[in-house]
Amino acid sequence: MRKLQVSGLRWLIHVAALLPLAVIIWDLTQGQLTVNPIEQIQLRTGKSALVLLVLSLACRPLSMVHGLKWVLQLRRPLGLYAFTYATLHLLNFIGLDYGFDLTLLREDIAEKSFAFVGLAAFLLLLPVALTSTRGWMRRLGKNWERLHWMVYLAALLAVTHFLLQAKADFREPLIYGMAVLLLLLVRIPGVRRVVRTLRCRTEEKST
Amino acid sequence: MDKISPSEITPEHLFFSRRQFLTSIGALVASSVLFSACKQQDVLSDTVTSDGCESAYASKSTDELGDDLTPCQSIINYNNFYEFTTEKEEVAYLARDFKTTPWTVKVGGLVNKPQTFDMDDLRRKFPQEERIYRLRCVEAWSMVIPWLGFPLAELLKEVEPTSKAKYVSFETLYDPEQMPGQNNRMFKWPYVEGLRLDEAMHDLTILATGIYGKSLSPQSGAPIRLVVPWKYGFKNIKSIVKIDLVEEVPVSLWMAAAPDEYGFYANVNPNVPHPRWPQSSERRIGEVSRRKTLLFNGYAEEVTHLYDGMDLRKFF
Repeated sequence: MRKLQVSGLRWLIHVAALLPLAVIIWDLTQGQLTVNPIEQIQLRTGKSALVLLVLSLACRPLSMVHGLKWVLQLRRPLGLYAFTYATLHLLNFIGLDYGFDLTLLREDIAEKSFAFVGLAAFLLLLPVALTSTRGWMRRLGKNWERLHWMVYLAALLAVTHFLLQAKADFREPLIYGMAVLLLLLVRIPGVRRVVRTLRCRTEEKST
Repeated sequence: MDKISPSEITPEHLFFSRRQFLTSIGALVASSVLFSACKQQDVLSDTVTSDGCESAYASKSTDELGDDLTPCQSIINYNNFYEFTTEKEEVAYLARDFKTTPWTVKVGGLVNKPQTFDMDDLRRKFPQEERIYRLRCVEAWSMVIPWLGFPLAELLKEVEPTSKAKYVSFETLYDPEQMPGQNNRMFKWPYVEGLRLDEAMHDLTILATGIYGKSLSPQSGAPIRLVVPWKYGFKNIKSIVKIDLVEEVPVSLWMAAAPDEYGFYANVNPNVPHPRWPQSSERRIGEVSRRKTLLFNGYAEEVTHLYDGMDLRKFF
């Protein structure tokens, strides 16, 4: 029964994660992507990547809640979809926006910290995404986990990238920033122990 | 003669249903082609569509550089007007009931003849003329817009600035009930903008009351707004209620919000970088690839002399 539940949820994740892309394509064919579609694609893929990344980071803390261990299985698909949107985001910028005109691109982003921070976030996600298979998990052993801690750094960089792009109104990027910091906080050993004790106590009470 | 076995012959009902299927596919393709063709039509000739673009008119189809005018529909559905919302596509909807009559513009400060004009006064006193200008937003997109309006200089001459007047400051209506975006506390409302007096008196500087031969739509800054084509879009303050001649540099809303990003001059300049948006290139709305941004948005010949001897990186 549990297994069925998980596989059902995995399907739901696939559908939900592909939905933003489907909507972009639909809107594009209908001419509903505003009069500046390239900018709109940039905004939407970026937002989707960030949301999925934060959700993938939320899996571990959630799995510590009694009876939710299976949530861990959603971490990989969520993370990989986040990476997919990040890739589309980067490709849209270089390919559609700049038409692979690297000279123009270099000229335009020379002094733009947001571009470098965004690129750094992507480059950190790249090895994490590539080594997300069971095979690489086995091959890297203890190092696998160390490597995958980089996701937190990538998420912080992604939020910074968002913040640097915001025009005077920083509320939205700050909300994402707080979410990432909170998710990082609950993974610090000391905090984790407190959470565990709390959990034990509530379990005792409930039994 | 080879005999065809009955089993090889397609049964009649299948034969017909296949035909039907093919016909319906054909119809589908045809209708979608037609559909997209119609859409194309909407964009090209704005006369067919509603919402402020019926009988849109412009005397020419290009600007003086030979670039096409931006379609009316694009102009009125992609707006930066933070008084309503920061979402460009939603301004038109949120501004649909914005009240622009009655409307007065109070002109005062360091002038000999302070006056309050209502819109009819302004239209009667100052003949409306068409000006086709490029609009370059600091966010690196641009349009070509056929404005209707009159030179700001005409209005300023009417009120007679005193010799002490050095700058002109402009103010947008403050009315959070009509303009929900003004509840956003990230900005210091009302919207304020300013020009140096010689910039304000320049012939290219106009107060616009229309686009494409029609009165301005609320989202475009109805009923009256500033247009200074060699400066970034945000200088073109919308829905003006107050104009003052002053001695000190006015502090604009954007200067107050982010002083290191937005200066008083805000001249379009590909050589002065901005921390977020590329200023050396831009996307013309409706085009896919970027084009190079021109110094002073292509009006260098007319306005360079205003800034002789100034370090434009310092006075950005």
